Amino acid sequence: MQITQMIVEAFQERFQAGLYEFRNEVSLILSTEQIAPAALALRDEFNFELLAEETAVDYWPEQAPRFHVVYRFRSLKHNAIIGARVPLDGNAPSMPSLVSVYANANWFERELWDMFGIRFEGHPDLRRVVMPYDWEGHPLRKDYPLGYEEVQFSFNFEEIDVRKPYAQD
Amino acid sequence: MMSDETEFREIEFNLAPDSLDELKHLVSQRAVDGDTVLLNMGPQHPSTHGVLRLLLELDGEQVINCIPDVGFLHTGIEKNMEAKTYEKAIVMTDRLDYLNNLGNNLAYCMAIEKLCDLDVPPRAQALRVILAELQRISSHLVWLGTHALDMAAMSVFLYCFRERESILDIFEMCSGQRMMTTYIRPGGLWRDTPVEFEDAVRNFLKIFPSRIDEYERLLTKNPLFLERTRKIGMLPPDVALQYGVTGPALRASGVNHDLRKVQPYSGYEQYDFEVPTHTDCDTYARYLVRIEELHQSLHIVEQALNKLPLGPVRSNNRKYVPPPRSEIGVSMEALIHHFKLWTEGFTPPVGSVYSAVESPRGELGVYLESDGSPKPYRVHWRTPSFTNMQILPYLAKSHLVADLVVLIGTIDVVLGDVDR
Repeated sequence: MQITQMIVEAFQERFQAGLYEFRNEVSLILSTEQIAPAALALRDEFNFELLAEETAVDYWPEQAPRFHVVYRFRSLKHNAIIGARVPLDGNAPSMPSLVSVYANANWFERELWDMFGIRFEGHPDLRRVVMPYDWEGHPLRKDYPLGYEEVQFSFNFEEIDVRKPYAQD
Repeated sequence: MMSDETEFREIEFNLAPDSLDELKHLVSQRAVDGDTVLLNMGPQHPSTHGVLRLLLELDGEQVINCIPDVGFLHTGIEKNMEAKTYEKAIVMTDRLDYLNNLGNNLAYCMAIEKLCDLDVPPRAQALRVILAELQRISSHLVWLGTHALDMAAMSVFLYCFRERESILDIFEMCSGQRMMTTYIRPGGLWRDTPVEFEDAVRNFLKIFPSRIDEYERLLTKNPLFLERTRKIGMLPPDVALQYGVTGPALRASGVNHDLRKVQPYSGYEQYDFEVPTHTDCDTYARYLVRIEELHQSLHIVEQALNKLPLGPVRSNNRKYVPPPRSEIGVSMEALIHHFKLWTEGFTPPVGSVYSAVESPRGELGVYLESDGSPKPYRVHWRTPSFTNMQILPYLAKSHLVADLVVLIGTIDVVLGDVDR
């Protein structure tokens, strides 16, 4: 707790970071310009050697912010973990990549591009990672349907039949 | 008929130049000039431990570049979990890392428990530890068997699967399933273990140490095995940390980091065990670390079994945990709770948590976000295989193709865990 408290104070002063606390977990809220220098400071000054995870959350239909990119940094030296959240606006957001700071951000960011359509500037290899390379859309967005088939009953058979996707010849 | 054929040919023709263009920045200039060969390994290949495709740039038999292509086993588990209630989504977790089913259940349930501030009774904690360690042993056995099989040591594979089967029998005894257990639930376990459980585990504890010696007799000092593993796939600690490698692979690079030790969960702090590390950083060191982990896991299981407390195996918090079957017949309130929990589900407070456990492969983390509805708003699996797989291009550089097979084995990837 000691080290996270220290970081929170330092980052609030240096980066005007916001704070999110829940169940004893501390996350800094940073802007897109600050995340790269903040991550560098975490790695080099505070010994956070590992990028534990990087993911995103979609708050659609909210537009500002629509996404939050969520980081977890782990320090083996201090046995501590600290989070960071970066709010992003709009449907085609972009933010700086962390690959130069933590090498394993590479696939995490590819996954975010694949699943959420978040572009990472300066990423060396921003291709889709799990979906096929010619896939359209970003599946983990909240406006992307899960792919249910509507059940037809006798009272609404015709109505659903009109918009039902049938295999084309 | 004719049009179909031409269309097919066109697709095939278009794929190659497109994908080469897209991958140009990943291969050396020599591949573009045609000096080196680009070769596909997988996705249907017996040594890639699942559906892993590797694009190799080869100079003779030497690997110049290795580009892993994953996603062939992507099943959209994260998206599917968002459409199910918290409790019903547990069945999806079994299907992630199919060698560590109970570990996945545990990671997910721990995230829910953190989110809801739910208590877990001591007996359930101890049983969770026993099951997680048995699962670790069974996962390491599959790793050991297939790793040795990749180096043409067929018999080790057969022996390992024999012992693994007795662990899976124990899981079947508890949960009714060998692999897709869904046994660990928020607030505890699905139900108490059957009476035969303790004898079965004790029996396994009795026979297994001699079996480990048997594997070691076959491999540890085997000159062929040493030749294939020593100084192969060197992973210095600073590179391992830079790439976020966790688990036995990190510990074999001399970094003593085990979540069971540094951030104990489920009462791991009560048990006396050591975290094996090694400083050789090569494939052989990773082998030794995992073999030692088998011993340590057995040690933990033995201690947990010896002081297994009696009592309930599931929390009594009716807001989140359904009442036992016996109560439903006699209590109206229990019936209402049961009905509400299985139709609507429970509603955790708004917020997000991250909870991590030490899986056989490294840090298995779950990021869980709730918007106050009965379904998780976002579940992200930070799977160890996904992160550890990124080290493969580094390890493979300037090794032979035959060694590449060993390297896939040594980082112990499970493709279900990579692709989710």
